[in-house]
Amino acid sequence: MKILVCISNVPDTTTKITFTDNNTQFNTAGVQFILNPYDEIALARAIELTDGGNGSVTVINVGEISTEPTIRKALAIGATDAVRVNAKPHDAWFVAYQIAQFVKANPFDLVLTGRESIDYNGSKVAAMLAELLDIPSVSIIKKLDVNGSQVTVEREIEGGKEVLEIPLPIAAGCAEGVAEPKIPNMRGIMSARTKPLVVIEPADVKTFSEVLSYETPAARGQVKLVPADDVAKLVTLLHEEARVI
Amino acid sequence: MPVLVYTENVEGKFKKSTFEVVSYARAIADQNKTSLIAISIGNVSKDDLSLLGKYGAEKVLNVSNDKLKNFVNQAYALVIAEAAKKEGAEIVVLSNSFSGRGLAPRIGVKLEAGVADGVVSLPEAGAKFIVKKTAFSGKAFAKVELTSATKVISLIPNSYKVVETNAGGQVEDFNADIKQSDLTSVIKEIVRSTDKVSLPDADIVVSGGRGLKGPENWGMVEELADLLGAALACSKPVSDAGWRPHSEHVGQTGIAVSPNLYIAIGISGAIQHLAGVSSSKVIVVINKDPEAPFFKVADYGIVGDAFEVVPKLIAALKEYKASA
Repeated sequence: MKILVCISNVPDTTTKITFTDNNTQFNTAGVQFILNPYDEIALARAIELTDGGNGSVTVINVGEISTEPTIRKALAIGATDAVRVNAKPHDAWFVAYQIAQFVKANPFDLVLTGRESIDYNGSKVAAMLAELLDIPSVSIIKKLDVNGSQVTVEREIEGGKEVLEIPLPIAAGCAEGVAEPKIPNMRGIMSARTKPLVVIEPADVKTFSEVLSYETPAARGQVKLVPADDVAKLVTLLHEEARVI
Repeated sequence: MPVLVYTENVEGKFKKSTFEVVSYARAIADQNKTSLIAISIGNVSKDDLSLLGKYGAEKVLNVSNDKLKNFVNQAYALVIAEAAKKEGAEIVVLSNSFSGRGLAPRIGVKLEAGVADGVVSLPEAGAKFIVKKTAFSGKAFAKVELTSATKVISLIPNSYKVVETNAGGQVEDFNADIKQSDLTSVIKEIVRSTDKVSLPDADIVVSGGRGLKGPENWGMVEELADLLGAALACSKPVSDAGWRPHSEHVGQTGIAVSPNLYIAIGISGAIQHLAGVSSSKVIVVINKDPEAPFFKVADYGIVGDAFEVVPKLIAALKEYKASA
C-alpha cells in the first residue's frame, strides 16, 4: 500500500516561546526545530504497515528550504521518499490545499498526519485535505490497523473511545497509542542522504486567515504556600478565596 | 445574517460544553445584532432541544435521521454546511471537542470559510473579525483575523461561561441530502466510562506525576478526584511508563486543559507539562521539592510528601463536605 505522511517542522518541546517585531513574529533565534512529535507517531505506524516491502511511505512537507533537515530525519527514520512544497506554510488551509494538489496527481491509499502540530495546534490539515479529496477523515486516532481495503481505527472521544471501520482511502491524524516513535539507526541516517527529495512549487491559492500578533499567558501572582501540617487551610482557601470548590 | 451554532450531544443529552458554546454564539449574535440558530444532529428529545432556547437560540434545527444517530464526520459536516447555506449564516460556531475538531475544517472547506480553532474569547469589537486562539500548545495565544465572508470558529471548553437568556428556541426539522459516500465510516463500538468525568470538559482536574512512585499508589489520587467530582490526569513520564492511559496525559504533546482548578501532585512542572495547564484558572501544587518549577506558576502550594499531604487533604475535604 502507498502511504503519505504529512510532516511539520516545529520548535522543540523544551522551547521557551518568545516573540519579536512588536509581538508579531515568533522568535526563532536559538530555537531547535524538530519533526513534530505526533508526525513521528504517524511516520512510525506508516513504516510498520509497509514493513517487509509491503508498499511505500512518502513524506510531504510544505516549507522553505530550512525544513530539509527535518525531512531528512524522516527519511532516516525509514520513509521511502520525500516531497517538499517550496512555500512558507501560511495556514492549515494553504498547507492542505498544496498537499491535495499533490495527492490528486499521485493517489495514496492512506494519508496520515499527526493529530496536531505543536506550534499552531489546529488539527485541521487532515480533515481539510480529506474534504478537498472527498474522502473520510478521522481527526484524533489512538489505534490504526489495516485489513485489506479497510482500516479499523480507534478515535478518542470525551471520556472514552470509538472504534470505526472505514474503507480506504482515508486521512487520519495520529496521536499517542498509534505507534512508538522510531529512532533512526546508522544505516537509516546514511541512506537518508541519497533517498529522493523532490521539491515542487506551490499552487496559487487564496488564504482566509492572518496571524496579527501573539501574546504569552498572563503571569500568575506569587504562590501562596500552605504549611504541610495545616492542609485544612488549603480547603478553606479554595472555598473562600479562590471559590473553586 | 444569523450565527449558526452546532450543538453536540452525547447519547441524546447535551453536555456543559454545548451550553457554553450556545451562550458564546449568543454573545456573537448580539455583537452583530443578529439572531442565533442552533443545529442538533441525532436523537435528542424535544425537551432537551428546548434547552437550547434557554441559552440563547431563537431557532433550533433538529436533524433526526437514523443514519446520523452516531457521529459520522463527513456527513455531519455536510449537514451543518448545508444548514449554514440555507440560513445564510456568516459565522458558524462549534465546540473545540474531539468531534468539533473533525468538523470545523471540513465545514470551512465546504463554505470557503476561514477557520479559527481553539478560540478562547469573543471576537474583538470592530470591522475586522479578530479572535484570540491558543498557540504553541498553551505557551502562547495568537490573534487571528479571518478575512473570508463566512467564518468557522471553535471554542475551547471551559473558556466561556454558560449564560441563560431565554430566546425561545423554536424547534424545526431540518434535513439535507447525504451521499452514500459520506456514510462509509461504520462505528463498531463505543466505549464510554460514564462514571468518570471527561478530562477536556472537567471543572476540576487532579493530576499525578512520577512523585507518586508507581501505579499502585493512584488509589488516593482517585479518592481525591471522586471527592471533588474531578477528572484524573497525569504527566507524560507517567503515561509513557504505562502507569496511566495516554488519554490522561496532560501537556504539550497530550491534552491541554483549562479547568477552574488543577491540582498537581508529585509533578515537577517541566515546560511541556506547564504548556498544557497554563490556562487553568487556579493551580494547586503538592510537591516535596520546594524548588520544583511548578510552584512558580501555582496559585497555592504545599511543600510536602504527597503520601502524607494527600490523605490529609482527603480528610479535610470530607470534613468540609460534612459541614457544608
